[in-house]
Amino acid sequence: MIRTTLALLVLSAPAALADEMWVTNERDDTISVIDTQTLEVTRTIPTGARPRGIIFSHDHKVVYICASDSDTVQVMDPDTGEVLHELPSGEDPEQFALHPDNRHLYIANEDDAISTVVDVETRTVVAQISVGIEPEGMAVSPDGKIAITTSETTNMAHWIDTETQKIFANTLVDSRPRHAEFTSDGAELWVSSEIGGTVTVFDGTTQAEKAKITFDLPNIHPDRIQPVGFEFTPDDAIAFVALGPANHVAVVNMASYEVEEYILVGRRVWHMAFNRDHSQLFTTNGISGDVTVIDVASRKPVKSIKVGRFPWGAAFRPTN
Amino acid sequence: MMRPYITSLRAIVGREALRFLHQRERFVAALVRPLVWLVVFAAGFRAALGLSIIPPYQTYITYETYIVPGLCGMILLFNGMQGSLSLVYDREMGSMRLLLTAPLPRGWLLFAKLVGSTAISILQALVFLAIAAAFGVTTAPLGYLTVIPALAIAGLMLGALGLALSSFIKQLENFAGVMNFVIFPMFFLSSALYPLWKMAESSEFLHDICAVNPFTHAVELIRFALYGQLNLPALGWTIFATCAFMAFALWGYDPARGLTRRKN
Repeated sequence: MIRTTLALLVLSAPAALADEMWVTNERDDTISVIDTQTLEVTRTIPTGARPRGIIFSHDHKVVYICASDSDTVQVMDPDTGEVLHELPSGEDPEQFALHPDNRHLYIANEDDAISTVVDVETRTVVAQISVGIEPEGMAVSPDGKIAITTSETTNMAHWIDTETQKIFANTLVDSRPRHAEFTSDGAELWVSSEIGGTVTVFDGTTQAEKAKITFDLPNIHPDRIQPVGFEFTPDDAIAFVALGPANHVAVVNMASYEVEEYILVGRRVWHMAFNRDHSQLFTTNGISGDVTVIDVASRKPVKSIKVGRFPWGAAFRPTN
Repeated sequence: MMRPYITSLRAIVGREALRFLHQRERFVAALVRPLVWLVVFAAGFRAALGLSIIPPYQTYITYETYIVPGLCGMILLFNGMQGSLSLVYDREMGSMRLLLTAPLPRGWLLFAKLVGSTAISILQALVFLAIAAAFGVTTAPLGYLTVIPALAIAGLMLGALGLALSSFIKQLENFAGVMNFVIFPMFFLSSALYPLWKMAESSEFLHDICAVNPFTHAVELIRFALYGQLNLPALGWTIFATCAFMAFALWGYDPARGLTRRKN
């Protein structure tokens, strides 16, 4: 038994060697590429101005980067780091979500109060949807039927029918919603509210509010608890919620909606991404300019890796 | 040939163990002190230190995590001084004279004494680490093994300091003075409570004092060992200080030249 495990370890080791975590550095206009095995920065790639949101295509052949101050979404070859072309994203793209069809990119245009839908193959704008003021968070349901935009100033999650590209429902959330995400079965939508300090959970089919999660850290002023990015384990059992200037990541039980633990990370923790087997979680810490690696099983921070200035988004890239 | 040596070592260590068993409140007291620091003092600073990453740490840590090695050092320091106290007590009671008249080199007798008290110190530090772990302040599992040699060297150093001091102290009453002039400056002017870079922020002079304080190096040796790493400069400093204190103790206890002659 032990011998087989060892053999497996030996066999799988070279395969896992080159997996990468891509992190956008908002202030440096670069991407830091971290080797998920050695936990070291192996490449720094220049991008457009103020890179924030970052997603790989579902086949990981290209990477999409929101270059917010260049008003464009850049499409990059992850092997060479070369920008292949740019997509017409509308002004100030900040976050986006890729439809399961691997073709339609839903982009929030913060300054324009619209969401833009871009066809990445024809490189054209398919639709522009008027939403609330300062749209930020973006999500597409696993079945691809619903897209969500959250608007920071209107404090709403807008539910968009991806057939008609029209809003069919609006749900109120607490102040300054930042990030939205569907659970893997699409049964729930989670929305974080940065100023409100809460995460609201909606029923994915009825849009009814199911729960509201609050956070309470001893010795940290409630004003500094600002939930932003969050990630779910693949079994939808545990949610990790980045608490911004509280410098902690909350571990939330997704069945009871209770916070089980808080993990100390770097300053102003923003977004996160898992590695291949979801054993490690990488958090971007804006002010301290580093990425903290959390061991998911033990819920302990393992290492903080220096990257560029103001790391913002993170995306995982398997390399084989 | 070696038998008398072994017998004396066993007898002296045995006496230390016996003394330790008879003074269980001493064992508890030695644990309560660092635990109060850990639970009460450190709690107030929970978020204050998560600002900078210094080796051996690889990421941000809470203040509790930071002060654990310093509190291990505190246990060793107090035990070293306690050893000194018991020597002064032995001298007053007369059992010391009995011990020192044994037909063996005095250095060996003092060394045996040191080994006995250090073994007890290590035990206490390990119990403290276990309780800290129960409070959620943990390190890598292997760290609990690698810390043992570091605790031994640091314990020998502080025990030797206690021996050296005991050759000076004539009466039990003077022990309070040792507390004020040795334990407190040694503990506070070290990296036990704050990292050296933090000291440098308030005063370069304070930083320099801390940097030469052997207790700082004992604490850093323990700190790195808790993460399975060897801090060579700290090891060098600690061994050097151990030898210096031991030499001083030998000189102090040497009947021909030492301070004991003047007293008797």
